[in-house]
Amino acid sequence: MWIFLSTEILFFGGLFLTYTINRHTYADVFSFSSRTIKLSWGAINTVVLIGSSLTMAMSVWSAQVGRKKLVTFFLVATLVLGTVFLGIKGIEYHDKFVEHHVPGLNFDMYYCTNNPGACNLSPEDLAKEKVELDELTKKMGGENSVNANSQLFFSLYFGMTGLHALHMIIGAALLLWLIKQSMSGRFAAQYNTPVENVGLYWHFVDIVWIYLFPLLYLIDRH
Amino acid sequence: MSEHIVSPKIYILIFAVLMVLTITTVYAATVDLNAYFHSLNVIVALVIATCKAILVILFFMHAYYSSKRTKLIVFAGFFWLAIMLSLTLGDYATRSWDVH
Repeated sequence: MWIFLSTEILFFGGLFLTYTINRHTYADVFSFSSRTIKLSWGAINTVVLIGSSLTMAMSVWSAQVGRKKLVTFFLVATLVLGTVFLGIKGIEYHDKFVEHHVPGLNFDMYYCTNNPGACNLSPEDLAKEKVELDELTKKMGGENSVNANSQLFFSLYFGMTGLHALHMIIGAALLLWLIKQSMSGRFAAQYNTPVENVGLYWHFVDIVWIYLFPLLYLIDRH
Repeated sequence: MSEHIVSPKIYILIFAVLMVLTITTVYAATVDLNAYFHSLNVIVALVIATCKAILVILFFMHAYYSSKRTKLIVFAGFFWLAIMLSLTLGDYATRSWDVH
């Protein structure tokens, strides 16, 4: 399992590398774009996902000590927390659709400030965003370059969180498979390798988020 | 799988430490640390994230209790990542064709 995870480290590593280089090259626009993502959802999701790692670890323990009912309980808890994470991610994606922040057709960083009331933002936040955006436009020499570079940020944002979410969905499918087996009492002290290995995968996905959260949500917040 | 049973107490303790680190990193992000040292906000965020990742790897993923061979593979995975990051970023940092 660790050998597979090593390949996954490099898979995500390449994306983190791309993000780092672009964030450095287009620092101002990336910094502004990242502030349009809501910190609260990201922070809640971090707690939810680390919580799901705890329940996953507990299900491994339950299997090792042969508490068969507890194995199922903790696997279901992990699945529930994983689903909550994906649900919150869905709300965040929905906000970005409403704000016209999804790369491709209709991408417009100026949509919220040009159409007050169209986005779910408080008047203060909107006023602050307008000031920052005007300053940025002047610095970048026009709206087109702001839109082009922020589209790059959001391509990476959706690419990285999307790939992470895909891993979560695969993890959820693996959990369903484990839950089915664990309900028939398959996992106990003598045999629990599948629980252990899906656990390793689940914790790995957690680690990816542990890095995504500061890099996408936090570092330009101050 | 090597059978060392990690007790729930350790899992809960690690979870609590991870929560404290999460709160710390969110709080640190709202303070302008860059005023004290160049890019300090990024450095603090990444150091905290790395501490969290190490705790997850050592305890949730049992690397701390694993055989030497497993430890080697864990190390190798991150070692290759370090090579990729350091050589590429080193290249970008030292070449004159960099766009800015």
